[in-house]
Parts: sequence; C-alpha cells; structure tokens
Amino acid sequence: MTGSQQVALRLRGRISTTSVYLVLTVAAAFSVAPLLLVAIGSFRATSEIHQSPAGLPTGLSLDNYVTAWQDASMSTYFVNSAIVTVSAVLLCLTVSTMAAYAFSRFSFPLQTALIALTVAGVVIPARVGLLPLFNIFKSMGLIDSLPALAVLYAAEAVPFSILLLMTFFHVVPDELFEAARLDGANEGRVFWSVVLPQMRPSLAVVAIFQFAPIWNDFFYPLVFLRDTEKYTLPVGLTSFFGQFSTDLGVLFAGLMLALTPVVILFVFLTKQIVSGLTAGMGK
Amino acid sequence: MVQAVDTGSITAGAVQSRRALRRTGTRWVLLFVVPAVALYALLVLLPILVTAFNSFFLWDGTTRREFAGLGNYQTVLDGDRGTAFLPALRNNTVFFLLTLVVEVLPALLLAGLLNNIRRGRRLFQTLYALPFLISPIVVGYIWLLLLDSNFGPVSSFMRAVGWDSLAQPWLAQPSTALPTAVVASAWMSIGAPVLIFGAALGSVPDEILEAAKLDGAGAWRRFVSVQLSYLRPAITIIIVLDFIGCFKVLDLVYALGGGSNGGPAGALDTIGLLFYRTAFVEVDNAVGKSGAVAVLMFLLIFGGALIVQRLLRRWEREA
Repeated sequence: MTGSQQVALRLRGRISTTSVYLVLTVAAAFSVAPLLLVAIGSFRATSEIHQSPAGLPTGLSLDNYVTAWQDASMSTYFVNSAIVTVSAVLLCLTVSTMAAYAFSRFSFPLQTALIALTVAGVVIPARVGLLPLFNIFKSMGLIDSLPALAVLYAAEAVPFSILLLMTFFHVVPDELFEAARLDGANEGRVFWSVVLPQMRPSLAVVAIFQFAPIWNDFFYPLVFLRDTEKYTLPVGLTSFFGQFSTDLGVLFAGLMLALTPVVILFVFLTKQIVSGLTAGMGK
Repeated sequence: MVQAVDTGSITAGAVQSRRALRRTGTRWVLLFVVPAVALYALLVLLPILVTAFNSFFLWDGTTRREFAGLGNYQTVLDGDRGTAFLPALRNNTVFFLLTLVVEVLPALLLAGLLNNIRRGRRLFQTLYALPFLISPIVVGYIWLLLLDSNFGPVSSFMRAVGWDSLAQPWLAQPSTALPTAVVASAWMSIGAPVLIFGAALGSVPDEILEAAKLDGAGAWRRFVSVQLSYLRPAITIIIVLDFIGCFKVLDLVYALGGGSNGGPAGALDTIGLLFYRTAFVEVDNAVGKSGAVAVLMFLLIFGGALIVQRLLRRWEREA
C-alpha cells in the first residue's frame, strides 16, 4: 500500500467516525430535548412562556412547583401513587419468589401445566377482564380502595415476575440448597435463610421492572378510583390538566413532579435495567 | 413494559432440568405455589373467562337478559350502529406498521453505530433510554404541550427559523395526528430496542467479524451475512412486543387526543379506547358490547402475537 493510499484510508476512517458520532448525537438530542424543554418551562412564568415559548428562564423561580404541589393536589396524588406502588411490588415479589422457587426446585404433580399456565400470562392482555372485576369490586365496596388496587397490580404482575425469577433461579448452584437441607433445615428455613439472601440482586431487578409500570399505570386508576382524594399521579394529571389548562408553567412543573422519580430511578439503576432488559439475549 | 425473555425456552428449561428437582411434602408445595397462582387465577384469568361468557348475552346494566349468540359481535363490527371497531383496528394497524419504520429500524441503526464506537457508548444508551420509564400519559401531555400550535416551543422555533409550514397543529389535524402519535411513542420507547439489539450485536464473536473483514467484506456485507443471523432472535422479540404494545395502546392516545373520544375525527381512536368507551362511557348493553370488544382484542393480541412469532421463528430457522 502506498503512502497516499494509507492517508486516504485513515482520512476516510476519521470522517466516518465523525459522522457516526454526529448521527448518535442528533438522536440523543431528540431524546433529551423534550425533557429539557419541560424542565426549563417549569421554572418560567406562564406569561413569559407565552411571549417566547422556547426561551430560557429569567430566574430560578419555584412558584410553579409550589402551585402544582399544593393548589393542584399533586402532593396527594404523589403519596397515593407511592402507597399503591410500594405495597403492590412487595406483595408481588413475595408470592412470585416463593412460586418461582417451587416451580424451579420442587417436583410435584401438575407442575408443567401450572408453569405453562402462569408463563402464558406474560402475553395475555390482562385488562380484558376489567368490567367483571369492576362490578365485583363495586359490589364489595372496593372502589376508591388503594389496597384493593395494589392487590390487583400484584396479581397482574405475577406472570412476568415468576418468569424472570425462574431464569435467575436456574443459575443458582444446587449445592447451596442441598447443604442447607443436609443440615436438617426444612423448606421454609432453606427459603428464608439461603434462597432469599442469595437472590437479593435478582429481586432488585424484578422490583425495578414492576415499579415503573405500576407507578405509571393510568387505566386501572381511571376505572377504579372515583374520589379525587384517592387519585394516583397519572389519573390525577388528567384532572390537573383540565384545571390548569391555561397555566403552562404549572403544567410543566406538574409533569416534572410526575416524571422525576422514574428518571432518577433509571439513571441510578441503568445497569440493573439493562441486564433485566437483555436477560436471555446474547452473552 | 418490555419483556425480552424467551418464554418457550424457559418453560422447556424448567421441565428439562429435572436433575435438581426434589419431591417435597404437599404442604410446602401448597404454601409456596398457591398464593401466586390464586392471585393470578382469581384476578386475571377468571375475569377474562367471565368477560367471554358475558359477551354472548344482552345486558341491562348488570342484569343479564337473553342469550344473544354472536349478536354483540355483529353490533360491534357493524360500523353503522355506533361502534368504531374497524376504524380503530385500522389505526392500531397503522400504528404498528409505522412503529416498525419510525422506531425499530432507527433503533437497529443506532445499535449498529453504537457497536462501532469505543467511547461514550454507555452515555448514548442512557440518553436514548431516558424516556423509557416515563408514564405514557405523561409522555402524551409533554408532546401535547410541545406541539401546541400557539404557545408550543416547536411551533415558535419553526416560525423563528422561517419554516412556517412546519408550525402546524400536528395533533389537532386528522391527517397528521396518528403519525405524530407514533413519533411520540417511538420517542418514549426507542431505548429498549436499542439496548436489546446492542446486546445481540455484542454476542457476535469477534473472530467471525475479523475473518469476514479479512475476506474483504465491507460493513454492509458483514451486517447482512454475519450480524443479521445473530440479530434474528432479538428482532423477533422486539417485533412481537411492539405488536402487543401497539394493539394495547390506550393511555398515550388518551392524553394526545384529549380524552377517550379518539382525537380529531377519530384519528387517534384505538381498540383500547373503544373498549373503555363501550364499558364505561356508553351505558346501553355495556357488559355485552364491551365484552365482545374485549374478546376481539384478546384474540387479536394473543392470536396475532402467536402468528407473528410463528412467522418470525421460521425466518430465524432459515439462518
């Protein structure tokens, strides 16, 4: 290869690397820009936004946040969402871990059928049964009940949690359980003091994957919650948008309040989320 | 939520690895298995079966009247009598097909580019996936505000740079509302396919790529004859998940279309919204009609996902 050919090749390599980064950066800007616009808008007064919709804030005013948090009851919605989500995740994690353990470590009649039935739930659109559920809940006085909503979410999340947990149970070495059993521990004891500590990182992955969809869910609260005092964030936002429709700054602040928890969750737990998303793929 | 797990191979794996399975007392099995299975069976499976049963009757509020056979299904599918099932189905289908173009293809391109760079890969991945966990209803409202034709930053930017024709009420016009919704949806969820494609590309052994390079294969040739075969399972999973997601879509279009009415001239109507309306907004024979819509939705999603997966599996085996 002559010198000039080498130079040409290196130059081509550099240009293509630059263009690769250019494409990646444009795409990243598209991902981030809407969030930035919302964040900036949340610090500006509505009159300012009307004058120049894409401008920068003149100061760091928290007025919009105060209005959204207090006057627009975002604080109530926030607390309700937290209660429902945390209790649903805890309940689902408990029952799913036990079932996944039994499915992958015990041997019992109908096991294969039960596993198939449960795992099929991952592709079944659960919301199809909404109206009978609504009528049962209504007759039992469970409309506007946050605990009932949490139990519903836990039930719905069972198939996916069991599926994911079973993949994790498969990689735990058998010897670990056997040793405990030889020591005379019963199944409950083995589960509590050997299985659970061993599974902690996997449980964290499953918890993250349940947290976001439940925190974000709109359809169940829309149907099962009627009292605005019981609203969770997503359905609270719809009434908030009706109420403050002309107050852009407050709307932006409300959106920030709703999306910040999950964005923080994501930034801190990217590694776990990536490993959960790509479970069963590649290396 | 994206679930990138191969269900088939896991059930098979659970059954095959009998080596370590222990016979355990019935007591323990019941204690471990019953809570989860009971929750799931009572609150998910049973209501679906009840819905299917209910769909074959006429209803007066919650009182069951005469057996209707497939009458409710006829009513739902007959556009003249007020339900917009077929237009909604059309919108869902367009949503799915556009998503393939606007989300899946760009995700593949981005994952491919990320696979070729050394620095900043994790940062780019994080940025693309940042909107991934945000609630669809929040995403809908964000785009509603950004695209507002009077006070939205997008319109004001377009006017400022002189592209006035691009300062349109994108979500308020029947012709542009659906494609705009697909863009918002792709913005929200592109991170997942980028990560999943990335993991699949990362699994291609370096030696094979090197060998292809030495044989003089260019980047495109290497992609088609080497990397694509490793990507096939990932492509299958993503297309199946997108199919399910696009036919279930409800909250995003609820926010973008300003409620459950399906946006301007029904351009954002979906089967999910129609189900909500027949069950909770329209009172006449709600149980029967919404039951029929629900069963049709179930068949579409479950059956459709199975068919899509079957087709793609065949394509995978050809590799």
